[in-house]
Formats: sequence, structure tokens, C-alpha cells
Amino acid sequence: MNEVLWVLKRLLKNPSSCLGLVIVLFFALVAIFAPVIAPPEYPDEPYLLPKGGWAVEPSPPSPDHPFGTTEGQYDIFYGIVWGARTAFKVGFMTVIFSALIGVVVGAISGYFGGWIDEIIMRITDIFMAFPFLVAAMVLTTILGKGLDKVMIALIAFGWMGYARLIRGSFLSAKEELYVLAAKAIGVSSFKIIFKHILPNTIYPVIIQASMSMGSMVVTASALSFLGVGAPDGYADWGQMISYARNWIVGAPGEALRYWYTFVYPGGTIALFVLGWNLLGDAIRDILDPKLRRIRVR
Amino acid sequence: MTAYILRRLLILPVILLGVTFLVFFMMQFLDPVQRLSAYIKSPAELKSLSADDLEKLVDKYGLNKPLLVQYFDWLKRVLRFDLGWSEVAHQPVRDAILSRFPATLELALFAVFPVVWGGIWLGIISAVNRDKPLDQAIRIFAVIGWSLPSFVFGILVLFLLYGVLGLFPPGRLSLWAQNIVSSPDFKLYTGLYVVDGILNGRFDVALDALRHLVGPIITLSYLWWAFILRITRSSMLEVLHKEYIVMARAKGVPEKLVIHRHAKKNALIPVLTVAGMMVLGLLGGVVITETIFDYPGIGRLAATAAQQLDYPLILGITIFYAFLLVLGNLVIDVLYAVVDPRVRLE
Repeated sequence: MNEVLWVLKRLLKNPSSCLGLVIVLFFALVAIFAPVIAPPEYPDEPYLLPKGGWAVEPSPPSPDHPFGTTEGQYDIFYGIVWGARTAFKVGFMTVIFSALIGVVVGAISGYFGGWIDEIIMRITDIFMAFPFLVAAMVLTTILGKGLDKVMIALIAFGWMGYARLIRGSFLSAKEELYVLAAKAIGVSSFKIIFKHILPNTIYPVIIQASMSMGSMVVTASALSFLGVGAPDGYADWGQMISYARNWIVGAPGEALRYWYTFVYPGGTIALFVLGWNLLGDAIRDILDPKLRRIRVR
Repeated sequence: MTAYILRRLLILPVILLGVTFLVFFMMQFLDPVQRLSAYIKSPAELKSLSADDLEKLVDKYGLNKPLLVQYFDWLKRVLRFDLGWSEVAHQPVRDAILSRFPATLELALFAVFPVVWGGIWLGIISAVNRDKPLDQAIRIFAVIGWSLPSFVFGILVLFLLYGVLGLFPPGRLSLWAQNIVSSPDFKLYTGLYVVDGILNGRFDVALDALRHLVGPIITLSYLWWAFILRITRSSMLEVLHKEYIVMARAKGVPEKLVIHRHAKKNALIPVLTVAGMMVLGLLGGVVITETIFDYPGIGRLAATAAQQLDYPLILGITIFYAFLLVLGNLVIDVLYAVVDPRVRLE
């Protein structure tokens, strides 16, 4: 707990990390209070965007639709508010699960070494042979549309970095005295891995996880943007930008006519990612073992 | 050094085999009819099928055999680049990929220079002026570029360059230029329209092709600069503290020479890997940028295939990408060991 307070104090000292923290907290509040800020029209399916009519052409901001409506008359304000929930859900789920898988795989690989390590690392190489976006795109298309499929695909191709990280730390940690001592008195491998080594090597994973929040959300949105992610009419920022795509060039002589279809969702997603990137960078600076204060237990 | 390369070469087939196995494994989530399309040679084979014919086809391609047998049958076809029929491209998957490759290659060739050179240049300026206003400004510029998703920034560029200024249109060629290129008088030497335009003496075509490249290149440059800049900057800062730099300064070498002759050479070694990865990424086609600018390369083909659920095509492109990446990474790592003697000792 002291540790958390100390990190928080350091975060508040630096203006750029402070800004990151404020942005992320702001989006967290929007996501938590989404039902209050934008009450859903269909309470059973709050993620479905309400339609303001049946015309295709976007309509500008009005009292009914503060940010206007996008292609197909979907309400932009509603999409942004509930899209924040989608973003947090996708970000947390994919980062946490890929980190979990990576940690377990990497720990086993580094701790046991030898041919187990060789096999696991070659499997990791195979998964890394695919470009992330393309791999996620293929798996999503094969599994079918939907946010859950997107998350599965992102996790399936997102764990390798964590595995390599943890493996490296385990390779050096397993030669240390406290591990050898634990082995000598007959502590089980399971306990040594998870109770002795892991707590000492988890920081790089936390750094990596906080730094990848933004990029995970961007990749998920990119899939929705390409039309293989979230289903039609789902509150997802990437999807809202894909609705804006056909209108971005505007009307003849009126290039800015449909600015609201792009500016609101585009600004939102850029701000969200900026917040996480600033925060992730700051967390890295604070937690990096080389830069850290010596911990007193 | 030789041992290192030898080891990498020995692992190579294992990785490639693993890649194909993973793709084959993903295919198993599809139902047999969808999988059939990855085997057939022309769409006629799948048209107007009764349940009976379907079974015959399943039988013909051995889709009811044990999985391992199926895998090796499929692998033989993959090794011959026989990847099935693409419904979206109306041609065999192999031809679809190969016909889009020149477009992607052209974009990659023209994008590499501004991306790598610009990023390194900014990184060095930033490191030399550490913590001064110029450094801060460059870093803010980079952090914004790093946070802007490609589909947001790309659309913004398209909007400004085409929507507002009307200067740089999406696509690869204007209609009139496309007509010239597809006419029989125009010889396609390389498939790169800028080069072919010059070789054919049609400078207007070359210029038109260049005009269409501006938007994607600006998009790619800005998004990649942040990345290359960060690595150049930190690596440069590290090198600038080394004793041989202090020594050079102490003996009175001018600051310009210290930076460009002494420091830059060593500082750029880590940048090499990133630059190499970037070239690979560009060659593989940049899915989102190509899609936004309607640029007919492999990236846009992949996006269309995914949208239209053209499984043979998307699986074929995945295999193509993975092979390209694995072989390319091998080349980069070997080059890295050649350039940096310290790596060889590991």
C-alpha cells in the first residue's frame, strides 16, 4: 500500500504524467457514469446506438443530439460516452489476460529452462511471426464479428511480449541465493515460481501492461474501423470513425460540412490514447528498476 | 558469428512449419464448405452444388481424413503457393497477392526515406538540445504522433490534402493516367508506376503516381517518426556520455564533428533494427493507411478480404506476411551482427 501511495505521489509531481492521470480518470468517470450521462434508449442493450431517424446523411449538432448524428443517424454523443465503456472493457480485458498468459508461459519457460524453454520460446517465435493487426484481423474474421471475438484475437496474439520479459527475469533470478535456498529446503516448484520469484520480477510486466493499454484499444478500434470488429450500430469509437469516412471530404465548396462526424470521435480516441501513453511512460520512469529507489521492506 | 547464423538458419524451417500449422489450426474453426474454398482452383467447382456433390468435393480434397494427413496435404499445396480461389479478386489467391505487390513495393520504397531519415534527424536534434525548449517541442510533437491512431491521422490528412486543398487525391492513379497505363503502348517494366512512367517517357504519368503517394507517405512518416525519434534520442544520449566522446571534446574536436562523426555512428546501431522492422512492415502492406487512401496494395486487399469474409485470400495473405517477416527478421539480425561486433560475442 505504501508502494501505491509512493507511486501516486511521484505521478502527481510531473506535469505530463499528471495530465495523463487526469485524462484517464476523466474517461473512467465517463465510463462509470455512462447510464447517467447518456441514458440508454433500450435498457437491455445499452451498447446499441440510438437512431435519430432513417436518413443516411449526418445531421449537425442540435439540442437533441449535442454532438450531432453520424451516418445512419446514430447519435455521436451517445456513442462516445458508451464507447468509453467499450474502450475500458477491451483495454483491461485484453491487457490483463494477455499479461496473465504471458507471465505463466514465460515463468515456466525461464524457470525450468532446457528443452522446455527451447520449445516454448519457438512457439512464441511462431506467434510473433505474424504482424499483430493482421493476425488479429484474421482470427476475428474466422471467429465471426463481435467484441468478444476481437478480445480473444487480441489476447491470442498479445501475450508473447510478456512471456519474453518474464522469462528473461526468471533466467537470472533462478540463480539467486534466495531461490537456491528455497529449493534446498524442498519448497515446491509451483511455490517458488509464484511466491518467491514472481513478486520480485513483476514490475517490468506492470510497466509493459500500462504502456500497451493505449495500443490495445487502438488495435481493437482499428478492427472496428475496418468493419471486422464490433457489430453495426455498436458503441465503439473505431466504428464511429468508419461512419465518418464517407463524409470527410464534405460537400462541393463546403469541405467542413460534416466536421462533427469525425472531430468528436477522432478527438476522443486520440485523447484517450494520449492519456494512457503519458501515464504508461510515467509509470515506466517511476517503476524502472534502474531508476527506482531501493525498496525497504 | 557463423554459429549464430547457422543456428538461426536451422531454426528457420521450424518456425515456418509452425506458422503454417498455426494458420491450418485457425482454419479448423471454419466449416468444411468454407474450408473447401481454400482448395478449389476456380469458382465453378463450388457453384450449383447439391449435398451429394459437396461430399464428393470433400472427399476429393481429403477433408474427411485425419487432421495430420489433411495438414500435410495442405502444406504441400502451400509450398507450391497453391492457396485456392479468391472470390473478392476473381482470381487465384497467389495471383491476387502478386498483382498487388508492386503497388505496395512502390509505396514502401518512397516512404522509407522520409520516415527513417526524418525520424533520425529529429532524434539527433532532440538529444543534442536535451531538455531545452526545442527538445521539449519535438517530444510533444512525437508523443502526439504516437498517440494518434493511424485511422484518425490518415483521415485527417486525406481531409486536409484532398477535401480542403483538393491537391492529393486518394487511389494510385487518376483515371486518365490509368487509361494510359493500361493501354498497350505503355510497357510495364517494374510495375512501379513512377519508374515505368519515366522509362516510357510519360513524365505526366510518373508525376500523377507521385501525387497519389504524398498522402500515405505523410501519414506513415508522422506515425513512425515518434518511434524512431525515441530510440535515436535515447541511444544518442547514452553515447554522448561515453568516454570517447568526452575525450573527443577535450581534445577540441568541433561539436558538429563530435556529433556527426563520433557519436552518430554508434548511436544509430539500435535504430537499424527498428528501421528494418519498419521496412518489413511497409513491404507487408500497411493495412489501414492503404485502406484510407484507397491505395490498391496488399494491405487494402487484406482489409477487403476480411470484410467480405474471403477466407482463402485472407489466409493466403497471412501466410505471405508471416514468411516475409520471418525471412526479413533473419536478414536484419544477421546484418545487425555484422554491423555491431558486440552482438557477436553473445
